[in-house]
Amino acid sequence: MYDFTYHKPTSVADAVALLAADPDAKPISGGHTLLPALKHRLNKPSALIDLSGIAELKGIKREGDAIVIGGMTRHADVATSAEVKAAIPVLAYMATVIGDTQVRNRGTIGGSVANNDPAADYPAAVLGLGATIITSKRRIAADEFFLGMFTTALEEGELLTGVSFPIPEKAGYAKMRNPASRYVMAGALVSKGPMGVRVAINGAGPCVFRQAAMEAALSSNWSADAVAAIKQDADGLNADIHGSAEYRAHLVTVMAKRAVINAG
Amino acid sequence: MRRGQKNWETLMPQVTLTVNGKSHTAEVEGRTLLVELLRETLRLTGTHVGCDTSQCGACVVHIDGESAKACTVLAVAAEGTSVTTIEGLAAADGTLHPMQEAFREYHALQCGFCTPGMVMSAIDLVQKNPQGLSEHEIREGLEGNLCRCTGYHNIVKAIAAAQDVMHGRVSELARAAE
Amino acid sequence: MNVVAPFEGIGASLRRKEDSRFLQGHGNYVDDMDRPGQVCAWILRSPHAHALLRSVDVAVARAMPGVVGVFTGADTQAAGLGGIPCGWQIHNKDGSPMAEPPHPVLAHERVRHVGDPVALVIAETRAQARDAAEAINVDYETLEPSVTMAQALRPGATPIHEGVAGNLCYDWHIGDKAIVDAAFAAAQKVVGLDLTNNRLVPNAMEPRAAVGEFDRYSGDYTLYTTSQNPHVIRLLMSAHVLKLPESKVRVVAPDVGGGFGSKIYHYAEEALVCWGSAQVKRPVKWVADRTEAFMSDAHGRDHVSRAEFAFDAQGKILALRVATQANMGAYLSTFAPCVPTYLYATLLAGCYATPVIYAEVKAVFTNTVPVDAYRGAGRPEATYLLERLMDVSARELGIDRVELRRRNFIAVDAFPYQTPVALQYDSGDYQTTLAAGLETADWDGFETRRAEAARRGKLRGIGISTYVEACGIAPSAVVGSLGARAGLYEVGTIRVHPTGSVTVLTGAHSHGQGHETTFAQLVADKLGVPTAQVDIVHGDTAKVPFGMGTYGSRSMAVGGSAMMKAMDKIIAKGKRIAAHLMEASVEDIEFDRGTFRVAGTDKTKALVDISVAAYVPHNYPIDEIEPGLEETAFYDPKNFTYPGGCHIAEVEIDTDTGHVAMVNFTAVDDVGRVINPMIVEGQVQGGVAQGIGQALMEACLYDDQGQLVSGSMMDYAMPRAEDIAPVSVATHVTLCTHNPLGVKGCGEVGAIGSPPAVINAVVDALRDYGVRHLDMPATAPKIFAIIQGGQKLAAE
Repeated sequence: MYDFTYHKPTSVADAVALLAADPDAKPISGGHTLLPALKHRLNKPSALIDLSGIAELKGIKREGDAIVIGGMTRHADVATSAEVKAAIPVLAYMATVIGDTQVRNRGTIGGSVANNDPAADYPAAVLGLGATIITSKRRIAADEFFLGMFTTALEEGELLTGVSFPIPEKAGYAKMRNPASRYVMAGALVSKGPMGVRVAINGAGPCVFRQAAMEAALSSNWSADAVAAIKQDADGLNADIHGSAEYRAHLVTVMAKRAVINAG
Repeated sequence: MRRGQKNWETLMPQVTLTVNGKSHTAEVEGRTLLVELLRETLRLTGTHVGCDTSQCGACVVHIDGESAKACTVLAVAAEGTSVTTIEGLAAADGTLHPMQEAFREYHALQCGFCTPGMVMSAIDLVQKNPQGLSEHEIREGLEGNLCRCTGYHNIVKAIAAAQDVMHGRVSELARAAE
Repeated sequence: MNVVAPFEGIGASLRRKEDSRFLQGHGNYVDDMDRPGQVCAWILRSPHAHALLRSVDVAVARAMPGVVGVFTGADTQAAGLGGIPCGWQIHNKDGSPMAEPPHPVLAHERVRHVGDPVALVIAETRAQARDAAEAINVDYETLEPSVTMAQALRPGATPIHEGVAGNLCYDWHIGDKAIVDAAFAAAQKVVGLDLTNNRLVPNAMEPRAAVGEFDRYSGDYTLYTTSQNPHVIRLLMSAHVLKLPESKVRVVAPDVGGGFGSKIYHYAEEALVCWGSAQVKRPVKWVADRTEAFMSDAHGRDHVSRAEFAFDAQGKILALRVATQANMGAYLSTFAPCVPTYLYATLLAGCYATPVIYAEVKAVFTNTVPVDAYRGAGRPEATYLLERLMDVSARELGIDRVELRRRNFIAVDAFPYQTPVALQYDSGDYQTTLAAGLETADWDGFETRRAEAARRGKLRGIGISTYVEACGIAPSAVVGSLGARAGLYEVGTIRVHPTGSVTVLTGAHSHGQGHETTFAQLVADKLGVPTAQVDIVHGDTAKVPFGMGTYGSRSMAVGGSAMMKAMDKIIAKGKRIAAHLMEASVEDIEFDRGTFRVAGTDKTKALVDISVAAYVPHNYPIDEIEPGLEETAFYDPKNFTYPGGCHIAEVEIDTDTGHVAMVNFTAVDDVGRVINPMIVEGQVQGGVAQGIGQALMEACLYDDQGQLVSGSMMDYAMPRAEDIAPVSVATHVTLCTHNPLGVKGCGEVGAIGSPPAVINAVVDALRDYGVRHLDMPATAPKIFAIIQGGQKLAAE
């Protein structure tokens, strides 16, 4: 990788100041997406702002009818959190199947959500549960957050500090992994709760998206059969050596069906 | 980091960490990876590099007791941590860790290149699952490590046997079937 | 009696001697070395599949921080470096030699594949070398690439090498076409199949690495390299590339992290670090990262074939006809030309009594990474072709697939058996390995399991593969007559030290096989020396007299036999010394596991008594026998060895996604005498995992511009623990009849027998969906498309 300067601020304010001072600086959390990219010299940040020293970004707490997870909370911590398991078991489950053990020991929810990799897991939870993104300057509804491949509503110098997940009545997640990278080929998170009935699809498209027809079907009949008949349009879906757009479209239905079953 | 920010532009970052129980302080570049610090600066070459996409797990070490891919951690980010590498597993008198012993007994290694990472991952896996793991769960738990030699069969057997020793369910490692 | 031998000798599952260092991080791999004054190399590689090099401007790079040298193809040409030689020459049908275009160590005037080395940059650190490489300004004029063999062979394709018409390396054949055609004309039934053998990336877990060290005082070079055969590298590099006497070059291959064939060959980087070291007068280290490995390690397989069986009315095979195109990639790697010919077409009899066979093979240059031997090398391709064709034939003949195989097996009493494609099998018992496989896998109980799986919504299938392979390579005179430019003997030195411990010097190289253990077991068995007192030295041309290295499952069959021969010499000399010490005649001295005895008496001498006498020759027949107890033997095998067996795979398909799960795998192999059952099982399990990988997951793919789209582990699917089923391994031994150990070889059988078993199981699982054949790998989308298509058929 190219060299860079390294900063390890201890507060969000300091981190934001560092980012503001240098437009070519990048924040780094677990680094499990950024560092491989840097190793391949696909990116040349002037500085890395390591967020791991900011205590206020870590932790899981229940706030009323929501679970709020700090941006620097690791997947392993979400997976094993009694609070999360009790309130939103699907989120704990998802955290146990992100990447591999070592990714889960380092990777963070903030890094995953802010990066918005189309084949990442967490964006499906954020969108599928109707979560709210908390940043260094505002709160952003999930529906307004994910704008496109690797693109979010975060502005220059704006830090994702946490995610607030409303507690659903029921929710389920299912995915199929890419056999090589182990990222998501196609996944679905379905939920029913204060944010209505929601179906978020990850992996299949350039960006996580809601499947309106499935949401409508599940609203009137919450059952696997209700989504089984709904075909996802292949137009605009991802296609690569691991699967065509048509195959991914098919998987969307399969995964949605399985997610409903998993939701109970 | 120990140093004030104003020096960042001109000075090499310095990192202090504990490796296998011993404290080390080293000057590194910002871009230096933990695995480079271990291998090149501390000459602990048991931790290997097998890929550049964080897929293979040959570089797995423990950071504060949990497995991590040392190729995907900046050295500077390991400031203040306690790192254990494959070299730090055996007791001072040379007694192998039960996982090392199980790998030997069950012929769970061939070329030895993936072995350090595999052993470190396996120990983390077993430590996190005191209830015990089935062979299927062990296979799932090895998702972050690749081995090209063994076909995994004997690795799974070794971990299954080692967990009983590590959790104190047996006092001696079960011998492999002849 | 010596109590050691029964526990440590041949047949003991001795735990490995080498494991202690590997398990504690004390292995010594090339990248672990740090030579005094060492600098680092980075190789600038072509981003284009096919282009002219109009200019390579290194001026900026030379001035970059830390840079100590930048060299291009023009520099290596000017220095008179030779190209990388090919170790085998194949002849065309008309008797003319194959096309053998130059293979420069740095591209000169033209690049021919993505990853072709363009410049060598040497700097204080690897990062600095890479930084400087990025500053090299290369003016490429891109040419139309020929990525596939079909593209390369089409009329008007841009020639990849000047003077190589039609991009054809050779057009070779074996067998009598007229006789085979006549057999087909008279056949009751002909079954044909078009199939490909997918291109693979070996991906040993240790990426290749090389350190070159030029000693400016002596003018000697030392190369530390990740190689399976250091002596061969020394020979090829010193004689052909660096043009130095071999005596000036030492090659060391220390601990090597897996090879599977990919580390047999002489690679450009090995010569470049040596030559570069002499230019900059410092040791030069190069280590591939995985991305580089994908585009610079020789790939494997990549065949496209048409195969046909002619049958009589009883389902007996009358003839086999095969036409194969084999991809060589952009240049000829060391062994490449022999893989699709003498390691492939000569195996097309398989374990069947096929009376006549005709095979023709076209080897084709393409703008891709060179292709060479990968675990099994030619035999997996032959086995896959035969065993898929067998299953398709069984179905089309209406004969049970097991029964069809049984009917055509070479009978157990037919050995030695001369095949119609040059090889003579010495031993085998295919009916017995088949029967054992069927029983272990509970073949008869399969339909119950299939029905149970169906209740869970899964399609379950079972597949079989019965195979024979040829390894233990190889008789030098035979391979010489077939175009090999080297002998394929092996060398062993047994050095009995004065106090009775033993050092073995072997030309074989261990990179996972466990030679330090199994070779010591031979010594324990034969000389009665405890394995703890036996050290195996390999991988260093300065220590080992000579060697041809490890590949083709040859280490025990050839290297072990050389050791046995050397131990025979030790025993013969020991008997003469013992006879002197015990005042008996040599003819009366018996030797058994460490003890010399005067026959019929209780007069004995231990080996250590003899070794002390040999090195402290106070009471010694010095006029008749030289002091010392060290013997070297070169063993040249009389024939190939022929392991065979039966592999059975069981899979379950998720009909919703098409995902194929391995649920069971059984291997019953005849590998000849088993030296260490634990290690043999491990070798088979590992080979099977690679075979499962080939069958279900692995595919090296290029796009139409010749970019390697499966160029990292993010896109090239490597089997993980949960992708592989538990593998049940058993052996049934028939001894090799022509080597002193009776061993055949176990390193490749797993990768040879398994892929067709898996695909046969997948096709069996899909038996209701109208699929006749599918190409590897059987990925989820491919299977799903078949299921969907089949459902459409059913609905119509």
